[in-house]
Amino acid sequence: MSTTEVPTNGRHAMGLPMKRKEDARFIAGKGRYVDDIVLPNMLYLAIVHSPYPHAKIVKIDKTAALAVPGVKAVITADDLAGVNLAWIPTFHGYDKQMVLAVGKVLYQYQEVAAVVATSREAAADGVELVDVEYEPLEPVVDPFVAKTDKTLVREDRENKTNHIYHWEVGKRAETDAALAGSEVKIKERVYFQRCHPAPLEPCGCVADMNPATGTLTLYMTSQAPHAHRTVISLVTGIPEDKIHVISPDIGGGFGNKVPIYAGYVCSAVASIVTGVPVKWIETRTENLTTTGFARDYHMDVEIGATKEGKVTALKVTTVADHGAFDAAADPTKYPAGMFGICTGSYDFPIAFTELDAYFTNKAPGGVAYRCSFRVTEASYAIERGMDFLALKLGQDPAEVRLRNFVRKDQFPYATPLGFVYDSGDYHTTLNKALDIIGYKELRKEQAEKRARGELMGIGISTFTEVVGAGPSKHFDIMGIKMFDSAEIRIHPTGSGIVRAGTKSQGQGHETTWAQIVAEELGLDPLNLMVEEGDTDTAPYGLGTYASRSTPVAGAALAMAARRVREKARKIAAHVLEAPEADVEWIDYKFQVKGVPSKTITMKEIAFAAYTNPGPNEPGLEATYYYDPPNLTFPYGAYIAVVEIDKETGYTHVRRFLAIDDCGTVINPMIVEGQIHGGLTEGYAIAFMQEIAYDENGNNLQPNFTEYLIPTSLETPKWETSSTCNPSPHHPIGAKGVGESPNVGSPAAFVNAVMDALSPLGIKHIDMPLTRDKVWRAMEAAKTP
Amino acid sequence: MFPAPFDYQRAHSIDEALAALAAHGDDARILAGGQSLIPAMRFRLARPAVLIDINPIASLAYVRENDGYLAVGAGARDFALETTPVVSSRYPLLADVCAVVADPVVRQMGTVVGSLCHNDPAGDWPVAALAAHASVVIRGKGGERVVSIDDFLVDSYTTAVGEGEMALEVRFPTPQARTAGAYMKIERKVGDFATAAAATRVTLAADGTIANASIALGAAGPKGFRVVEAERALVGAKPSNAAIAAAMEAARNAADPIADTRGTVIFKKQMAGVLVERALRKTFARLGLEDVR
Amino acid sequence: MKISVTVNGTAYEREVEPRTLLAYFLRENLGLTGTHVGCDTSSCGCCVVLMDGDRAVKSCTMFAVMADGHEITTIEGFKSGGKLHPMQQAFSDQHGLQCGYCTPGMMATAIAFLKTNPNPNEAEIRDALSGNLCRCTGYNNIVKAVLQAAAELSAPAEPVAAS
Repeated sequence: MSTTEVPTNGRHAMGLPMKRKEDARFIAGKGRYVDDIVLPNMLYLAIVHSPYPHAKIVKIDKTAALAVPGVKAVITADDLAGVNLAWIPTFHGYDKQMVLAVGKVLYQYQEVAAVVATSREAAADGVELVDVEYEPLEPVVDPFVAKTDKTLVREDRENKTNHIYHWEVGKRAETDAALAGSEVKIKERVYFQRCHPAPLEPCGCVADMNPATGTLTLYMTSQAPHAHRTVISLVTGIPEDKIHVISPDIGGGFGNKVPIYAGYVCSAVASIVTGVPVKWIETRTENLTTTGFARDYHMDVEIGATKEGKVTALKVTTVADHGAFDAAADPTKYPAGMFGICTGSYDFPIAFTELDAYFTNKAPGGVAYRCSFRVTEASYAIERGMDFLALKLGQDPAEVRLRNFVRKDQFPYATPLGFVYDSGDYHTTLNKALDIIGYKELRKEQAEKRARGELMGIGISTFTEVVGAGPSKHFDIMGIKMFDSAEIRIHPTGSGIVRAGTKSQGQGHETTWAQIVAEELGLDPLNLMVEEGDTDTAPYGLGTYASRSTPVAGAALAMAARRVREKARKIAAHVLEAPEADVEWIDYKFQVKGVPSKTITMKEIAFAAYTNPGPNEPGLEATYYYDPPNLTFPYGAYIAVVEIDKETGYTHVRRFLAIDDCGTVINPMIVEGQIHGGLTEGYAIAFMQEIAYDENGNNLQPNFTEYLIPTSLETPKWETSSTCNPSPHHPIGAKGVGESPNVGSPAAFVNAVMDALSPLGIKHIDMPLTRDKVWRAMEAAKTP
Repeated sequence: MFPAPFDYQRAHSIDEALAALAAHGDDARILAGGQSLIPAMRFRLARPAVLIDINPIASLAYVRENDGYLAVGAGARDFALETTPVVSSRYPLLADVCAVVADPVVRQMGTVVGSLCHNDPAGDWPVAALAAHASVVIRGKGGERVVSIDDFLVDSYTTAVGEGEMALEVRFPTPQARTAGAYMKIERKVGDFATAAAATRVTLAADGTIANASIALGAAGPKGFRVVEAERALVGAKPSNAAIAAAMEAARNAADPIADTRGTVIFKKQMAGVLVERALRKTFARLGLEDVR
Repeated sequence: MKISVTVNGTAYEREVEPRTLLAYFLRENLGLTGTHVGCDTSSCGCCVVLMDGDRAVKSCTMFAVMADGHEITTIEGFKSGGKLHPMQQAFSDQHGLQCGYCTPGMMATAIAFLKTNPNPNEAEIRDALSGNLCRCTGYNNIVKAVLQAAAELSAPAEPVAAS
């Protein structure tokens, strides 16, 4: 059935809550995930992991493992060195990382060897029998201790230091002076704990080198298949036309499926060596302990203000814990991602931020979990900062925000840290949130409850985030500019195929991309087949992460569709026997100016393109590679209402309202679903998630019994709404939204809990706000 | 992720199971629900050479009231207690546990007797069984014996089931008149091991004083245990804030938890007390005493 | 050893190792890849299937040999008479899935649950699904899907139109 039955505002497909086309296979159990792929003669690869966080590898004895029936090979770094693959560059480009441990292990669970066998069970049996002799070394797990260089993590680097880089932006001297001269100041340390994106589908691949053709086919859990293909070509030397990356259905990404992992490389090598396909599917434990973590920023936030509460200056100083390799998948020129967004939604006249990154004996990563390249960290810092300021001023946190927001008339707004915000109306959005939540009544209720000693809190987070990386002038991943692409071909009978350089892992592109094109061309989105993920057929793109798909590929799709429409107009002119200049696109069809009876639909044009194109080039097809002129700046106002059980430290989230402004909404049902999912991740981060290492370097959350994913029972019922300030520079005004809920919500939860606890004199507790931490803070506050 | 290889035998009767246990001794483990054993085997922390599957013994899958006690067979799933009407009406303490063991799907396979035999320090059934004064029927070469739960739960992951023996049934005495109980636990999320857990059971005398009290704690030591000092503080007293406070204090003092990701020792000890209070108040409410002061 | 198991109405006899987990038996021996594996601690529920019609079980925490003589229903078997199960339709109608990875297990648990509680409220649904994790949807829409399926399954049968 067509979606044109109930258009909204006369729109054809844009903005409609169209049901998802991809659902059909998923609800029938016919999705095709990497582990569903079975090829003839396929072998299985499993990995040997280090129990030590820091140790010399004395020797590796493969004998017993090789004797296990079914085991075909055991690969170590020495074997990889033979094909120049012992080390690979990290995505950030300035560092390299071991594929399998080279001489030393640098974090607990680091990959040490890979076993190839005829079954998963045999591979597991082999893994158990690979005999590795270690000489343990002292690990360093605290980045502030790593800073002292007492224990060196990376002996392979030229500079013998754990300090990876220093990054800064803004005006240091002016900011320091402004802070010093401010009537009111706050300075607080907030820690955004290490956590992990943990999609339900673990990472994996099937590597299939065809010895006859020399083509390596790699079915891979990849959020960026083209980028992966190029990198694999560069590191292996296999020409790119002989590498075929296929990212099929992906069971969640959240940034976990952007880096290149040991399993991929070892499987490819194993396939090349054995001449048969090799499958590697990691376990959950491997996923949590070795794949790209998220966050781990220790941030000092300083805000200056007048005594009336107008902000004067912002300074954020950060120590970043990167683990053993600098594998944070950031654009090259942005080692700290978009952390410069830390001025948030506020009009700071001056600001400065600096960051120092250190190696520690922990797993590598840093950029993941819906972070928009470190925007989650920046947003947390400023939103906590504004609440610290409100507390110091003795003012309502909503009032402080409203007073300091960038005003609608100030857009496009250049921040002191180098971003130019495209559009926004922060006042309207926050006021809408305050109205819906019944803010005044809630504060009244809170006052009554406080009088009775009850702990009720209201927390606000008014974040601005930055996505859509990005303009080629500034953004590249390993040198490849961060454009994205679309290819549209319309068939004679009026349906079509749409291909993009992005890769959905649940975001619904098969539906939303069809909606964009359908809107531009007046065709039925149900008849526009959308394809992503196959590097042989998809146009080159940088993939899906950091909420870049709608801002960049969405734009490419609209622009490609407009190229199609422009060609169609020429054909229409021929068919309608009118001058081109007189043919107009009105109400989803072409019409001759002044002659309303002379119309032709896109469907009719499609047929004509193949049967009667006239003097025009036959066919109806276009490609567009879109280089965005700017990033986009979605934003929102989130409000959390909580109650704390004084006896147990448990926080009950009574209500959570999220108002998001992502500009033009392609499919409100899908946007709402993205918000629900991201809020649930934010809730988990705020209350129950962390990847912590003890002082001996042991990973304390190696599986789902310790790294906690909230169930339907703990998860609050989310309330959502929206405002709409389109992006003026985007062809359809859309900004993207997938990561906003994870960017904005942790601070809302923490601000709410701190608001509840403020009568007790407690100013800050670092996440996760477990019962234990909240209870102990309350106990500590009791002692005078 | 994948267990080490093992031999597998199906037992279709108790005698078959016992014969298999006798034949293989220490190398064999009983497989019932498998919801604790199989995860341990997947991590190769448990590596039995032989598994004896007792799921085919249909006659062990019962929950029935006998004369004076609720008998739960070794094959009875957690879920079976959730759906047996007599449990929710007459054994509220057990009904409370049913709702919070593991998660709703694991409860479809996990067994009560299996949980008792596993004796995880943070397990729910051992704590409830202690408060309920349960006993366990064990059979082996030497015949059958009935062991009180206090003697059955020996240490972490260790019970009185000896080599060649099998636990067949747990018996929960039918509560007398004017008896109620409650089970409370704190978990970070559904399915997590308990941060703290408490089970209470109280019988009132005709004059309204407490004739009998059982207070048991879980996740507060190497195994679940009864807090005798808390029970002593309650017996003879009228349900009151003072009595509850005394029980709380005793529980807090007796609790001996380890510090871990669920909390510090001081927090867990405090929670032991808090849960004893809450479980007692729920117990009193079930006895018709809504507003104990 | 040999096992006999009926899956989605078809009887199979297969040779397995005792240690073969039911989830992998279904996926690899029988090629029914609709059932997924998401963790190694029985926490996530992606692997849930129905045993003997109405019992939701975590197939990663069962050996295939334990299914001998039993009936297993996987997502591939939810439809009947060529029509989707109301639960399948409801999940799509209510946008109760995004990446689709948790969906097979989530639906299996929900289908079994509605057999025991045909008219649940939201709190009961959230409790019943608490053994199944989802990272994408935040559960709001999954709950709505189960409510829709419950309404449809307990609605009286349509009257036959008069000729």
